[in-house]
Amino acid sequence: MKNTIVSQVKDKAIWIVFIILFIAFAFANKRFVSPSNLFTIARQVSMYGIAAVGMTFVILIGGIDLAAGSIITVVNVVCAYLMVEMQFSMVAAVLTSLILAAAIGALNGFLVAKIAMPAIIATFATQIIFEGAAYLLSGGTPVYGFDERFKIIGQGYVGPVPVPVIIMALCFALGAFILNKTYFGRYFYAVGGNEEASKLSGIRVKGIKFLIYTLSGLFAGLAGIVMLSRTNSAQPTAGKGFEFDVITCVVLGGVSVSGGFGKISNVIAGVLIIGILTNGMVLMNVSSYTQMVVKGLVLIFAVGFDSLQNSGVLTKA
Amino acid sequence: MVAAPYFEKTRVLKMNEEYVLELQHITKIYPGVVALKDVSLEVKKGEILALIGENGAGKSTLIKTCSGAVIPTSGKIVVNGKEFSSMTPQLAAENGIAIIYQEFNNVKGLSAAENLFLGNPIKKGFVIDKKAMEKEAEKAFAQLNIKINPKTLVGDLTVGYQQMVEIAKAIKQDAKVLIMDEPSAPLTSAEVESLFKICELLKAKGVSIIYISHRLEEIFRLSDRIVVLRDGQYIKTLTTKESHVDELIHLMVGRDLTESYPERKKCIKEDEVVLELDNLSGNGNHDISLKLRKGEVLGLGGLVGAGRTELAQVIFGSAEKTGGKIIFNGKEIHPRSPREAIDLGIALVPEDRKRHGALLDISIKNNISMPIYKRISKASVINSKTEVDTANKYKKELLIKTPSINQDVKNLSGGNQQKVILAKWLAANSELIIFDEPTRGIDVGAKFEIYKLINALVESGKTILLISSEMEELMGMSDRIIVLAEGHMTGELKKDSFDQKAIMRMASAVVGG
Repeated sequence: MKNTIVSQVKDKAIWIVFIILFIAFAFANKRFVSPSNLFTIARQVSMYGIAAVGMTFVILIGGIDLAAGSIITVVNVVCAYLMVEMQFSMVAAVLTSLILAAAIGALNGFLVAKIAMPAIIATFATQIIFEGAAYLLSGGTPVYGFDERFKIIGQGYVGPVPVPVIIMALCFALGAFILNKTYFGRYFYAVGGNEEASKLSGIRVKGIKFLIYTLSGLFAGLAGIVMLSRTNSAQPTAGKGFEFDVITCVVLGGVSVSGGFGKISNVIAGVLIIGILTNGMVLMNVSSYTQMVVKGLVLIFAVGFDSLQNSGVLTKA
Repeated sequence: MVAAPYFEKTRVLKMNEEYVLELQHITKIYPGVVALKDVSLEVKKGEILALIGENGAGKSTLIKTCSGAVIPTSGKIVVNGKEFSSMTPQLAAENGIAIIYQEFNNVKGLSAAENLFLGNPIKKGFVIDKKAMEKEAEKAFAQLNIKINPKTLVGDLTVGYQQMVEIAKAIKQDAKVLIMDEPSAPLTSAEVESLFKICELLKAKGVSIIYISHRLEEIFRLSDRIVVLRDGQYIKTLTTKESHVDELIHLMVGRDLTESYPERKKCIKEDEVVLELDNLSGNGNHDISLKLRKGEVLGLGGLVGAGRTELAQVIFGSAEKTGGKIIFNGKEIHPRSPREAIDLGIALVPEDRKRHGALLDISIKNNISMPIYKRISKASVINSKTEVDTANKYKKELLIKTPSINQDVKNLSGGNQQKVILAKWLAANSELIIFDEPTRGIDVGAKFEIYKLINALVESGKTILLISSEMEELMGMSDRIIVLAEGHMTGELKKDSFDQKAIMRMASAVVGG
């Protein structure tokens, strides 16, 4: 009995951290809790939340996707290029960009699953390649001048709720659905827990890895579309460093970096914590460099906790 | 916190000083298992002492007490008159004991010379003196008549030469007792000859050797005396010249068959061949041919490393075949992955339950459903009622002891974990089930339950290939036994002619080379 209570609390610990932080910022700055600021936070984190769903899958199998940021850049530049230079319709441009994002993810999947490259190197290499490619395509200058309706994705509202927040919520729901209800979601946990035993249980491990990196590319691509719509112009450095914030969100959300454990519900908390930390610090006029220091420390604490748990230090009485 | 790991005192007894190493009354108890029971042996200066015994006789555990890798529960280790209650790796080295394990202790990216001086390089100021080390290495190799260029990277050497570097390292560190664990196993016959020459040379130099091997003719060629272990106990010491193969085999396996095995109805369908291997080669095995009939338990005997697990991997699609045919239910099959084998109706209960068998961090329910998820899903969505019903059904049928099917498998006992793995294959409708050491690390009561399950399986029309290193289990559970040695089939026995000695003789046969 006692054990289940302890594990329940441990399971929800990240939400407790969120609540404490929330209260602390609320006391520190009154503006923080105003409805408009809360929606701003939700809108700000939406891109991270969307990409975090794919990254959760990747980290769940013990992998990593460093290309997420450059996929966002590519999607920004390409989607803008298609709409402005090629006169593509909005829908066609978005779909083409998403397919491209998934294709880059699939390339990562191919390198990791079929070629058996370490994920950290494979996705690091594609990150550099596509960052460069996006720059070459854009010529280094921002692309802008989109259809007015394109703004809806990133800036629109349904009632009081921003559209990107709705997209994020749908992505979280889809992620949770995949992990809890579909058979390949179960395979993700199995492969993350023990590749060899998974293979011997009849799971096509390479196929699962390929699928996961492709999905990660797709979710990053969607985040890229939201970003493009929000900023209304394609920057050739739009997604630089984005992957690190996403990884922080996921790891903070309790997804084990060694694979096999993790829940979307807790990743939501991870995303929100990064959101209120950033927003709260901005409201308190903390410089962006100090923010970096804080975020790095948060990452160390999150992974450190996970590592300590794995090594059994925390479970020993 | 803990008392000093060893004690040391000078011995007064002069009588035994002809021995360089004595193990006295060594006992090692692991929770639930007595690995060594009051084992004593002595090694004379300049002799080659062979240590033999079946799988699990305790040879490896015994030599590990000499290196400090295993701390004996009781007993003494006496080296040159100095007494120790246990060793540490440093103490062993200081006292001239060196072990050559099957897995070499080398760094493949460094040269032979650098490996020789690993951890203790010759330095010139702050930098290592490669020239001096290479010169010294050349001398060390020449002493043993080994022809190796000291500059060659160890990773580029053949296994035989890597082993020689290991031996040279031991001798350079002034080893007086060299212990070798199955040194000839990975070698070609030419390399074995070189190894023997080195052993003879070392013997002439006064170095003592403890030689562990299952190849009995090597032991007759090389050793002066033979110590036989069986089931963790000392059996006898023989003078090699005065002993005979039959006597050795008798001593190695000569236990009374005491355990009883559950009765099984006759259920073999003689004319229904489920699995046929026709000159199958691959994964270290050569030209294996056998037939397995419906309802039969075919035992696969042999020593550790004989290639039994490797054969199972080829049939299960997790290792490649290089020649021959696998015929399953009359059709030739080419399983290229476990998934394909599973879909055909072949299942494997692997040897290493925790690493390869069960997904420990996942629930019983999920483990059982793993191979059949696709079947019980509609548009990728799992039918959770079917999943729960299936898991509950097998929980009941196989008597899996657990409060809930949502329990993680890591929380179950070994026997119950094995049942979950079996449930998974029953759910997948497997026809042929390969058991690789199904009762390893499982307590006696649970063992009997597994045996009863195996009987129930064949009685219900399943077919079983049983790999077991436990002679009694193999003989007690099989309808027929096929023995492998070093990747070759060396014999076949029908139930009425099962005989421990015959199996042992087949298992220690040397084929080809």
